[in-house]
Amino acid sequence: MILIAVAAVVFFGARLVSNDYVFFAGYTVLQFVVLATAWNILGGYTGYVNFGSAAFFALGAYATVFLHKSYPLPIPLLIVIGGIVSGIVGLGMGYLTLRLRGAFFAIATLALAVVLQTLVVNWDYVGGSRGAYIIRPNEIEFIGPYIQYLFLVMLALAVLALTIARGIERSQLGYGFATIRDDELAAEASGVPTLRLKLIATTLSGALMGMAGAPFPYYIGYLQPSSAFGLEYAVNSIAMPMIGGTTSWVGPLIGAILLGSLQQIATVTISSVVNLLIVGLLLVAFVIIAPNGIVGLVQGWTRGRAK
Amino acid sequence: MSASWQERGFGGKEVDLSFDLLINALIAGILLGGFYAAVTIGVSISFGILDIVNIAHPAFIILGSYIAYIVNARLGIDPIAISIIMLPVFYLLGAGIYQIYYESFERRGQEALRGLSFFFGLLFVTEVMLILVFGVDYRYVEAAYIGPSWRIGVVDLPLRMLVPCIAALVLFAALELYLSYTFIGRAIAAVAQDQLALRLMGASPIRIKRIAFGISIATAAVAGALLIIIQPVEPSVGREYIGRVFAICVLGGLGSLPGTVIGAMLLGIIESFTATFYGPSWAPAVAFGVLLLTLAFRPAGLLGR
Amino acid sequence: MASLLLEVTGLSKRFGGFVALDGIDLTVAEGERVGLIGPNGSGKSTLVNCVCGTLVNETGTVRFNGETVDGLLTHERTRRGMARSFQLPRPFMTLTVADNLRVPLLYTVNARPGRALSPTELGARCTELLQLVGLADKATHLPRDLTQVEMRKLELARAMAAEPKLLIADESMAGLSHSEVDDIVGLLIRLNERGITIILIEHIMRAVMKFSQRLIVLVSGKKIADGAPDTVIRDAEVERAYIGQ
Repeated sequence: MILIAVAAVVFFGARLVSNDYVFFAGYTVLQFVVLATAWNILGGYTGYVNFGSAAFFALGAYATVFLHKSYPLPIPLLIVIGGIVSGIVGLGMGYLTLRLRGAFFAIATLALAVVLQTLVVNWDYVGGSRGAYIIRPNEIEFIGPYIQYLFLVMLALAVLALTIARGIERSQLGYGFATIRDDELAAEASGVPTLRLKLIATTLSGALMGMAGAPFPYYIGYLQPSSAFGLEYAVNSIAMPMIGGTTSWVGPLIGAILLGSLQQIATVTISSVVNLLIVGLLLVAFVIIAPNGIVGLVQGWTRGRAK
Repeated sequence: MSASWQERGFGGKEVDLSFDLLINALIAGILLGGFYAAVTIGVSISFGILDIVNIAHPAFIILGSYIAYIVNARLGIDPIAISIIMLPVFYLLGAGIYQIYYESFERRGQEALRGLSFFFGLLFVTEVMLILVFGVDYRYVEAAYIGPSWRIGVVDLPLRMLVPCIAALVLFAALELYLSYTFIGRAIAAVAQDQLALRLMGASPIRIKRIAFGISIATAAVAGALLIIIQPVEPSVGREYIGRVFAICVLGGLGSLPGTVIGAMLLGIIESFTATFYGPSWAPAVAFGVLLLTLAFRPAGLLGR
Repeated sequence: MASLLLEVTGLSKRFGGFVALDGIDLTVAEGERVGLIGPNGSGKSTLVNCVCGTLVNETGTVRFNGETVDGLLTHERTRRGMARSFQLPRPFMTLTVADNLRVPLLYTVNARPGRALSPTELGARCTELLQLVGLADKATHLPRDLTQVEMRKLELARAMAAEPKLLIADESMAGLSHSEVDDIVGLLIRLNERGITIILIEHIMRAVMKFSQRLIVLVSGKKIADGAPDTVIRDAEVERAYIGQ
């Protein structure tokens, strides 16, 4: 509930700033909040690394493009559809690869991104390698500029994702995920249906990522495979939770806000490539030095102070 | 399939051309497979024997390609010769990376999540740094054997494919001999199975693994040179190879070097046939398909332990 | 005559060319206390893994409580009443000691038909189990704060938390002191009196002899003896197997 209040504050506060850029940048940051949180459900909670976040994100985006060509639908519905499509793909891929070791799953996700990109590039209906145009309406009733509507939608999605993550953390499901992460064999021996839980995690994670991707074509106007499947999605989905902290729902949020803002600034001031380099270096550094991320550092610090 | 050949209107020559096509696709596949074996051998050691999921391996290969490119462009030296000179450098790089990996992850039992993220970070950082330094243009090398092509009957043998294939097989033979006949080589093969016995023999498993990982990265130097002989290279090419490399490892059976070569040949042939009959833009999907099928039906691979 | 709880018939398991288990036949009646001994590498843990479903055996059948369990996943077997502790303790490192016990309670006990335990009852059950093994004061600690011995006790407690019909304790007593061994043996005998069938795998002969009503000996993947402890111990082949070590 607090989250909704905070979200409301964020939205109306943003409207006070008369610069539309805030909404554009904010949309991207919120998108990353969803992606990072989604990644963390499978990665941080359950211990299975997904390198192909871009695949699920792009699935949502291309589902929108596909439907837009035949019959434009309202965005909330597109989000649901994007979520379903990505969720099903996540389920299918999980079913094929989750019975094996986590390493194989990770590699499969990486290959999935490449394969899907190949499929899309070869499929002219959704634009192929030339890309697809989506005309974005200029305004929408009640709210004003369309970008504010998109921002609001993504904000709602972020709240949803965070609520789900928080809910899982405190639930029986959360315990189950944690045991899979800690010791899958012992989890099975304790009665945890590991395959079923892993499939739930994969489907949920994939679905959320697809939902984040669904509005993207409207945001960007011109969708190219290279931007939908861009490497920045894979790296950021991993770097943000790992840097923020993977054990709690707060971690991906912190990571997304920090890194997301940092990148917005860096892209404008330096270059988008250098910005990605910084993210990559930070990821490597944090993974080596501070494995529990910022949340872990804070926890260690407060524990130290308590003594 | 014969319908499309008829459509091209070759009439009476139909049969000859289809056989031509077939056998050339097959030979191209074998040559390609040889090269793929060189690319994969490093991962066969790091993943198959040491159980380290080094998905950054293709990044080191691309690094090798770029080094070959620079030295070749400035000094005109043959790329394969360059890679042999670079072997010790890459070896040290590999040993260093293993040390970091061991201290940060293996010792703490965190390989699964953090080790993977570490290597992914390395892959990513390497690619981005190459983009910053070299840009996204395709780079290529010059060597005597890149243009010409031999012809035996109906079979086309482009030298730029043949030479890397032979080099790859030489590399494979050298490694196989090393692993079978030297003390350290056998210790490497053993470290996968029995670390305790190794310690009792007075060898430190960590040192053995470090040497093995160093060798694994050293092979990337050679593979990189071979790659840029076969095709022009730009920084994101590495990522195309991740799927291939692991598909071959799994297909051939983890921990088996000969299995890797067979798996590589098979994948090369499958890809060649796909490219010939369905078009090259589907190539990246082939490796993934092979990987998934193998994992689904025969996860131990063809010659796995 | 008590009914057979566990029936293993013709069980074989290979790893590549190495035969770990070669046609094992054994049965355990309900309420029995069975000891399983054998030199290192004889296949004891492999047998446990096959019976529990962690490994898949090549040949043979496992029947539990009158039902063939081949093909069932480990967690399904656990829910049907099989529980085991691991030879090398495998606690859930990011969960507290108490939460380690909560997992089998949530996922096994509550998953069985019948009334699920309420959160309060769960908490009480955790505390009870911790007190039983002497870890009550470590309830909120993480497993990495425990000594090796305490981890073995946690391992045993976690298996007990699943409220099994059959408990397989795999070398739970390594490293325990004389009195601690007696404590655990006493605990296991009390559990047995409550109706839990127990297979004890151990190297500590004192504990095995004190505990077992029947003794099974495994050497190089084959069962070489199966009977009353005193008889088995004096068996020539068994002596050879151990002295030969």
